[in-house]
Amino acid sequence: MNYSAEQLERYSRHIILQEVGVEGQEKIGAARVLIVGAGGLGSPAALYLAAAGVGTIGIVDGDVVDLSNLQRQIAHYTKDVGREKVLSAEEKMVAINPDVKVQTHRMLLKAANIREVIRDYDFVLDGTDNFPTKFLVNDACVMENIPFSHGGILRFDGQTMTVLPGRSSCYRCTFRQPPPPDAVPTCSQAGVLGAIAGMLGTIQAAETLKYFIGTGELLTDTLLSFNALNMTFRRVPLRRQDSCPLCGSKPTITELVDYEQTACVIK
Amino acid sequence: MQITVNGEAKDFAEDQVNVSLVLAHQKVESPDMVAVQVNGAFVDKGEFDSRVLQDGDSVEFLYFMGGGAV
Ligand SMILES: [Zn+2]
Repeated sequence: MNYSAEQLERYSRHIILQEVGVEGQEKIGAARVLIVGAGGLGSPAALYLAAAGVGTIGIVDGDVVDLSNLQRQIAHYTKDVGREKVLSAEEKMVAINPDVKVQTHRMLLKAANIREVIRDYDFVLDGTDNFPTKFLVNDACVMENIPFSHGGILRFDGQTMTVLPGRSSCYRCTFRQPPPPDAVPTCSQAGVLGAIAGMLGTIQAAETLKYFIGTGELLTDTLLSFNALNMTFRRVPLRRQDSCPLCGSKPTITELVDYEQTACVIK
Repeated sequence: MQITVNGEAKDFAEDQVNVSLVLAHQKVESPDMVAVQVNGAFVDKGEFDSRVLQDGDSVEFLYFMGGGAV
């Protein structure tokens, strides 16, 4: 890739980093990342990845912007209420960096369509708001051998791990199956401090960039968990579980399943 | 006996300590809200009562967190 003078200036703070350089920036430019969910986690991730110059960014979301989203979903502005989230996010991403090719997928990911969608990408960033889709993303990425970043937030807490299928533990190794509906409150039921979404979404974006640059240590076999009330961060070491129903030695999950969506009526 | 719970050493006065007791001590509202590992190995929810812990064991309980987009 031949950078113009303008691009060299745009990416100069990356290029000056020994661990990135022109070579690393070119890897970022060639990267194709899919962000699942243009919400609390997907917004900051999409903006930072666009700013970083990720060549192709796909963004999946079937929703429209709601006034209650604006407290934390920073890709959407007051004027966007009622607008498709993927279009609202695309507008901001392209405004930040016209180098980036944004592919919008206005849809809900299901067992029947997810593999086809993620196949066009090198890395998936999970910013979904429900367990059925989180497990679906995990299973589809493991089956398609696509690395991904898992992320979840609730109230004042966040957690994230990076999964390299076949090489590091997957979400199911630790969490096995979705909790019973209503056992775990969602953000809309329990609330979430808006800035938490920014904290976690940018950690996921940093993991994504590290994956492409190939530097440092990813959050593989590690769950990073934080609580913003005491501002404590904890790294929980994980390992691949032979008993994992997906990536263990005797897998029982060989096809994708659509789990029932947790009832979530309070917006 | 001493058990390491989420990285912190905790003393238990009880003679027999199982996973359910540890979760109760830690004020986990419902076993459905967490995934549990003992010494790095996954423990199924159905075994929280029967899984008896030894002095020096390490228990991790990790909350399910489903939020992100909505
Ligand atoms: Zn697994």
